[in-house]
Amino acid sequence: MIETLVKTLLFAAPFVIIAVFWAMSVRERRLANDPTAKSFFERNGVAISLYLLVAIGFWIVLMIVLPQLVMVDFSFHPKLPFKDYGGPKDHYSIESYRYFLFGKTDGAFTIDHLAAIGRALLGDECNSGLFNCTHLRAFVLTIVASIFVTLLNFCICYPLAYYMAQVAAMERLRLLMLMLIVPFWVNEILRAFAFTIIFGTGGVLNDIMIGLGLITEPFDFIGADVAMYAGLSYAYLLLMMFPLYNAIESLDHNQIEAARDLGAPWWHIHLFVVMPYAKPGIASGCTMVFMLSAGALAAPLILGGPNSLWFTPILYDRFYQAFNWPQGSAYAFILLLACVVFVMLVLKVFKVNLGEITR
Amino acid sequence: MSSRAIWNLMLGFYFVVFFGYLFGPLIVMGVTAFNTPNYPQVFPFEGFTLSWFAKLGGDTELMEGIWNSVLIGIGVVCVSVPIGLAAAIVMTQVYHRARGLYYLIVVSPVLTPGVILGISTVIFWRGLKDSAGLDAFYNGYWLTILGQSTFISAYAMLVCLSRLQRFDRAQEEAALDLGASYPQVFWHVLIPFMRPAIFSAAILSFLSSFENYNTTTFAILAEKTLTTVLAGRVRQGTTPAISALAMIIIAVTLVGAIAFELARRREARKDAEAKAVAARAERLAEATALAAT
Repeated sequence: MIETLVKTLLFAAPFVIIAVFWAMSVRERRLANDPTAKSFFERNGVAISLYLLVAIGFWIVLMIVLPQLVMVDFSFHPKLPFKDYGGPKDHYSIESYRYFLFGKTDGAFTIDHLAAIGRALLGDECNSGLFNCTHLRAFVLTIVASIFVTLLNFCICYPLAYYMAQVAAMERLRLLMLMLIVPFWVNEILRAFAFTIIFGTGGVLNDIMIGLGLITEPFDFIGADVAMYAGLSYAYLLLMMFPLYNAIESLDHNQIEAARDLGAPWWHIHLFVVMPYAKPGIASGCTMVFMLSAGALAAPLILGGPNSLWFTPILYDRFYQAFNWPQGSAYAFILLLACVVFVMLVLKVFKVNLGEITR
Repeated sequence: MSSRAIWNLMLGFYFVVFFGYLFGPLIVMGVTAFNTPNYPQVFPFEGFTLSWFAKLGGDTELMEGIWNSVLIGIGVVCVSVPIGLAAAIVMTQVYHRARGLYYLIVVSPVLTPGVILGISTVIFWRGLKDSAGLDAFYNGYWLTILGQSTFISAYAMLVCLSRLQRFDRAQEEAALDLGASYPQVFWHVLIPFMRPAIFSAAILSFLSSFENYNTTTFAILAEKTLTTVLAGRVRQGTTPAISALAMIIIAVTLVGAIAFELARRREARKDAEAKAVAARAERLAEATALAAT
C-alpha cells in the first residue's frame, strides 16, 4: 500500500512540477496585461512547438529524470528474480546499503562499530568482521585519489593555460591548440593501452631508466599505481585545460602589468590576480576532472595495480558478476551522491554558480 | 645567468615534459605498430612490418564492433542533435522562474558519471519491459543510443546555445512582419543561421559516442562495440595489432579533423564576406543619405 503511494508520488513529481511552472507562467502573462506577450504556442507555431515539447520532454522525462528516480527507487529493494518485482515478495528495504557498510544484508550499527571506527582512527586495520572493508576502502580511495588527480591536473595545466591565454602569439597559440587536441582523438582504452606499454616492467620507461643507470632493477610502476594516476590525469587533461584557458584568456593583460609595476612578485600575481579572476574556470575544470576520474572505468581496469580497487569496477561486478542489480544501483547512488557533494563543495568554496562553470 | 634566462629554461623544460607526456603514448603506439615482435615493444626495433595492420582486417569480432559503433554513433547523432537544438531553443524561451531548474536538469547529465547514466538507462528500460511489455526496446543498440544521448544531447545543446545567443531576434520579427509563417521562419531563418552549430554538434556527438566506454559497457548488454571489444582485448593481454588499430584511428580522425577545420574556416570566411558586403552597403546608404541632404 505505502509502496504504491511512494511510487506514484515519485513518478508523478516531474509532471506536477512542469504543470505548476506552466500554470505560473500563464498566470503571470495574464496579469502582466501586455498585448505583445505571446504564449509558447503562438510564438513558435503548433508544429514547431510540438517538436520542441516532444524532444525536450522525451529527453528530460524519459532519459534524465525518470531513469535516475527508478535507479534510486530500485536500490531500496531486496534482490529478487526479475519477475517478482512488483509482486507480493517485493518491499522497500535498505539491505543494499547495509551491505555496503557492513558486508552483510542484515548488518546494523552497534557500539562495536563505533569502537572499531575509533580504533581505525588511531591507526588500527579496518575490522572486516564488522565492516565491508574492501568496498569502503575502495570508495574512500576513489574519492581521495580523484581529488589527487584533480589537483595534479590543475598543476600540470595551469602554466600552459596561462601561457596560451596571456603570453603566446596567435600563430603559436593555434599550433599549441592543435597539439593539445590531436592526442585526444584516440579513445581512452587505446590511451590506457599505450600507458601499459610505457609503464610495464619490461616497458619503455624502465628501459630508459635502466639505460641511463638510474635504477638497476625494473620498477613496478603499475603495482605502485603510478601508471593509473598518469593515465587518469592524461585522460582528462583537456577538460582542465580549456576551462582554465577560457577563463584566463578574458583577463585584461594590463591588470597583470599593473600588479607587476606595483612590485608584486610573480607568485603574488598568480595567486591574487590571475587565479581569483579565473575562479569559474578553475571550478569548472575541477568538477569535470573529479567527476570523470571518480567515475572512470577504463583506466582503473587496465592500469590499476593488483592492490588498488577502484569503486567503478566493483560497481560493474555488482551488476554483471554478482547479478545483484539493487546493490549495484545502491552503489551507483552512493557514487552519485559523492559527486554531487563534491560539486556543491566546489561551488561553495569558489563562490560561483552552476551557470558559470558549465559554460 | 640572468633571471630571464632561468625563466626561459624552466619554461622550455616544462614544455618538453608536458608535450612528452602528451605525445609519448602516441609515439609508443606508433613504433610498436610497425615493430615485428609479438609483444608490443619499442626497443630494440627488430624490423619493420605491416603484418599487424593486415591482421586487423581478418578480425571479425573487431570489425563487428566497429560496425556497431558506427551504427550507434549515427543513432546518437539522430537523437542528440534534434534534442540539443530543441533544448537550446527552449532555453531562450522558458519561463524565467523555471530557467534555473531547467538549466540544472539539462546540464546534470554532463556532471553525472557515465557509468551511472548507463546503469539508470538499463534499469529503467528493464522495468518498462517487465511492467509494460516493451520488449522491443530492451536491446543493446537502443539502450546504448539512449544512454549515450542522455549526456551527448547536453553537449549538443551547449554547442547550439552558444550560437543561438548571437541570434538577432529582429530577423525573426522582420520575417514575420513580411508575412512568413512560423514554420517558414523556423526553416528559412533560424535553421540556416544554426547550420554551423548543428554541423559541429553532429560531429561532436558522433565522436563522443564512438569513443565512449563507461556508459556503453553497461548499456550494451550482450552486443559489442569497438570500445568494449578493445577493453576485453587489452585486459587479456596486449598485441601490437591494437597499436596498429590506434594508428588507423588517429589517421582517420586527423583527416576528419582537418576537413572539419577547413569547412569551419570556409564558413567563417563566408560570414566575414557577408559582413563586409553588409558594411559596404551600409556605408553606401549613409553616403547617399548624406549626399541627399
